[in-house]
Amino acid sequence: MAKSHKPVVWFPFAAGGTVIAFFIPVIVLLTFLAALGHVPPGLSYERMHAFAGSGLGKLIIFGVVALSLWSSAHRLRCTCFDFGLRADTLAATVLYIAAIAGSLLSAVYLLQI
Amino acid sequence: MSRRPLVRECPPTTWYFRQPRYLRYMSREITSIFVGAYCVLLVVGLQRLSAGPAAWEAFLLGLRSADSIVFHLLALAAASYHAATWFNATQKAMPVQIGEDFVPGNLISGAHYVAWAVLSAVILYLAGVF
Repeated sequence: MAKSHKPVVWFPFAAGGTVIAFFIPVIVLLTFLAALGHVPPGLSYERMHAFAGSGLGKLIIFGVVALSLWSSAHRLRCTCFDFGLRADTLAATVLYIAAIAGSLLSAVYLLQI
Repeated sequence: MSRRPLVRECPPTTWYFRQPRYLRYMSREITSIFVGAYCVLLVVGLQRLSAGPAAWEAFLLGLRSADSIVFHLLALAAASYHAATWFNATQKAMPVQIGEDFVPGNLISGAHYVAWAVLSAVILYLAGVF
């Protein structure tokens, strides 16, 4: 049977698409309220720090951020191709490295909290 | 005798203007730009949160600009459009069969919309918005 690396890219992409669909709109809404000057009480330092300080909170935040990053990277790669950029290997390398770097940084920041 | 197979020309940068459905496809594709940019903002926010209370307050204050409000509106529209199209696609991507019959597609997508609404309401409640 032919082996392919596609499932490795695809699984986090599909999982990330679902995570983005369920979580990102409401998270954008929360920071949008902060942008308007009505910071929701849940975004105060104490409550965010407490949430990100718990094991479950770390896991949820990392899951949402890392999967969203990977899914976005994969979709941006397709978008680059669709807009006529045919250097697919270059786009894939740059975007996937950015997604992995962003995920690792998030993990480091979370462990510092 | 020369054989001339049909080669359809495909302009690499303007092909999606040919068909309304290609345009709809591309309008969904470009939502990834705003969602991707917002993910970067999330990573920056995590960094600010780990740097202490002063850094976090400065981060929240930094969000309060006209540019940020415009970006948030675009990101909100993009993320919502992504969500709606993603849920509409679920009935095609994972049809559910019970016995001989398939569960109606709109029921599968509808269930996702309901779950989305409930989850968003719970998160807004936990964040103290209402």
